[in-house]
Amino acid sequence: MDSANTRGGAPPVPVSITLTVNGREHRLDIDTRASLLDVLRERLGLTGAKKGCDHGQCGACTVLLDGRRANSCLALAVANDGAEVTTVEGLAEAAGAAGEGGLSPIQEAFVERDALQCGYCTPGQLCSATGMLAEAAEGWPSFVTEDLAAEPPALDDAEIRERMSGNLCRCGAYVNIVAAVREVGA
Amino acid sequence: MTSLERVEARDKVTGRARYAFEYPVEGAAYLMGVQAAVGRAEIASVDHEAALALPGVLAVLSCENAPEIAEVDDPELLVFQSRKVSYRGQFVAAVVAETWETAQEAARLVRITYADERRPDVRLSADHPGLYEPEEANGGFPAVSELGDPDAAFATAAVQIDATYTTPAQHNNPMEPHATVAAWEGDDLTVYDSNQGASTVQGTLAKIFKLEPAQVRVVSPHVGGGFGSKGTPRPNVVLAAMAARAAGRPVKLAVTRQQMFATTGYRTPTIQRVRLGADADGRLTAILHEVVSQSSTLREFAEQAAVPSRVMYRASNRRTAHRLTRLDVPTPSWMRAPGETPGMFALESAMDELAYTLGVDPVELRVRNEPERDPEQDIPFSSRNLVACLRKGAEHFGWADRDPTPAIRRRGRKLVGTGVAAATYPANRMPNKATARADADGTFTIRIAAADIGTGSRTALTLVAAETLKADPAQVTVELGDSALPRASLAGGSTGTASWSTAVVRACEALLDELDGEIPPEGVEATADTAEEIKSEPEYSRHAFGAHFAEAEVDIDTGEVRIPRMFGVFAAGRIISPTTAHSQFVGGMVMGIGMALMEQSVMDAEFGDYLTHDLAQYHVPACADVADVQATWIDEEDQHLNPMGVKGIGEIGIVGAAAAVANAVHHATGVRVRDLPITPAHLLPDF
Repeated sequence: MDSANTRGGAPPVPVSITLTVNGREHRLDIDTRASLLDVLRERLGLTGAKKGCDHGQCGACTVLLDGRRANSCLALAVANDGAEVTTVEGLAEAAGAAGEGGLSPIQEAFVERDALQCGYCTPGQLCSATGMLAEAAEGWPSFVTEDLAAEPPALDDAEIRERMSGNLCRCGAYVNIVAAVREVGA
Repeated sequence: MTSLERVEARDKVTGRARYAFEYPVEGAAYLMGVQAAVGRAEIASVDHEAALALPGVLAVLSCENAPEIAEVDDPELLVFQSRKVSYRGQFVAAVVAETWETAQEAARLVRITYADERRPDVRLSADHPGLYEPEEANGGFPAVSELGDPDAAFATAAVQIDATYTTPAQHNNPMEPHATVAAWEGDDLTVYDSNQGASTVQGTLAKIFKLEPAQVRVVSPHVGGGFGSKGTPRPNVVLAAMAARAAGRPVKLAVTRQQMFATTGYRTPTIQRVRLGADADGRLTAILHEVVSQSSTLREFAEQAAVPSRVMYRASNRRTAHRLTRLDVPTPSWMRAPGETPGMFALESAMDELAYTLGVDPVELRVRNEPERDPEQDIPFSSRNLVACLRKGAEHFGWADRDPTPAIRRRGRKLVGTGVAAATYPANRMPNKATARADADGTFTIRIAAADIGTGSRTALTLVAAETLKADPAQVTVELGDSALPRASLAGGSTGTASWSTAVVRACEALLDELDGEIPPEGVEATADTAEEIKSEPEYSRHAFGAHFAEAEVDIDTGEVRIPRMFGVFAAGRIISPTTAHSQFVGGMVMGIGMALMEQSVMDAEFGDYLTHDLAQYHVPACADVADVQATWIDEEDQHLNPMGVKGIGEIGIVGAAAAVANAVHHATGVRVRDLPITPAHLLPDF
């Protein structure tokens, strides 16, 4: 909006990177300014990862980056040369559930519990939940974990809510999201 | 009705569901809007040179070179047709480039020189000199309605409540930002657009670009929420079509989250004075509800916040009135239950104040003031089950044991309280067309340009068609979200399911009439148009009702408010799809928690525009903010609505929710907060 900020005007700087996305390797010439999210969506056609804010505030762009959940809008693609990425399109295969109609357990639970409405935050919720369940299984505590020595921490509703709070849902499907995650985490 | 899994759920959990920006259109370039940096001025000049000099930039558009477009009712859509800046953040230029990164960079290089810059007038107050009484409030309601002698009745009432409630500007913030992909083929325009009604967008674009509606196609099968902000076309769809034509290329435009706060609508702030006069038993003798709100200099939009007070309670003397002032701000518009949402915060808070003053239970007070007929229009209600909702909710919530004394319950370091509030929302219908088709393989296809913005309409219409056709839902496919389908009304005003299902039922009935034994290889198709049927509705007051029960915990040291549980009961006609309906009700209640505790758009009084313009500053409920929120409903049979007997459920879940929370906070702390949102700053000084 700041029309006074008219300095700059630098042309794009291309750079070559390799990304392995959902098990498939891609060699790409990218703009150094491009986010991982935009490369996934605009270059690889993997539009499952959503752009809700582009500022790391809503979580709709969450993917698994080298096995950990990350906001792909905050990750510059050039800084992730060689990375392994799993998007919502690859969740079923990563869980060994690929094939006709195959869903990962968390995807199946979201359908059964109606843990979604408009569906725009859903891919991010699913990637986040997948990453979160792995974190919990590895014994990572959260802000609300009372017994830090418990390993792994018990995933009660307060734990799930806290750990899933990086993913906003404006339709307000949280109650069913928590139920779906609880079912899979049990 | 039988429960059915959300029809498109599997597409949504796998990433297959495609939203507007995601359509792969060959050769598409990227469009980025440039916003006005001042609040009130004339544009002296726009320098495109630096932007155009950047490699990869294809076009720059502004008032300097924009093609002329035809006028429509909403001046917000007349992009670049004037040199006047009406509010800070208005789109005043746009850049088309080969890549998104270049488009963003080039947008920064567009140099705009302003003339006659003045300090914008952006602050709403109850004594703003520009206040006037509009002819109508949103929805076509009279701005003022009066019965009896409300001033005299209030002045002589045994018990009086006179309080002013304020609600801040709030932004819809659907998770999917408004987005359009536009492509021309000759004089034919196709847009993949995020909206709440493809037929509405089609009609508007045809007018603006002087085309026949058949030359415009709007494709929107999946929409990432709207909550009213996508109910009317926004500048993005016009801008994308204009830029695609200017650049000679298809273009993709995604409004950024920051840009949404100025360009895609919001709920006006309100200042509401409510006066209730009652006798010693709590029977209302006077209801006065007077609302002040804002609109832009571009267009009048008067939020109908006093309108719910016309149907809620019995009283012989009543006045409801709206005034507004025109400021240098973006035009406010629809946000989930416009009118009812802020209005019922005020009325239902005032009812709680009255109950407390009288020492009457707040559930009982509402029951005592239940009208037998619509209290203003003096016509019967088609059905009204507010009392049943209150009773059912009270029983489930454990209301009977409640000690009304405020600020006496402790749970560790928290003060605890409970509150109740009622809800209402009108049940209206719009005309629609639909076709129903039977094929030889035993399948049925329903076609209607309805929208599913996450509401579950695809699922509900599948069930409606299956029931009418006496078929298995698995045999029925509903096609919607495309203006090439039979013309439909938009997803708004909770009219969707009532309106669309009428057309679907009639098309299915017509199809059954035509089916005679075996279905021929070419199939059988039947069409319905409900325009005549809707015109001839008998006179009834048609409204859904509900009741919210909330528990609040308030930290005695920090003043932080949490809502451990909330329970809503609704009477909204027949519930077609229990699974998706439950999600809708709960979703509305969650947005009501946001309204009560966190949502607030703060205006920059010096320069204009909302300072809170991203999701780190405009807080919406996160997972940790929502604990035990449940909804249920009363089975309501109403013969005076439509063939399915439905009232619509998209909005009533938020109505009254904030009042229930505020009333619970009062019960917990003894502090009456009349100014939303309820923050620690309101509570701490008064503990």
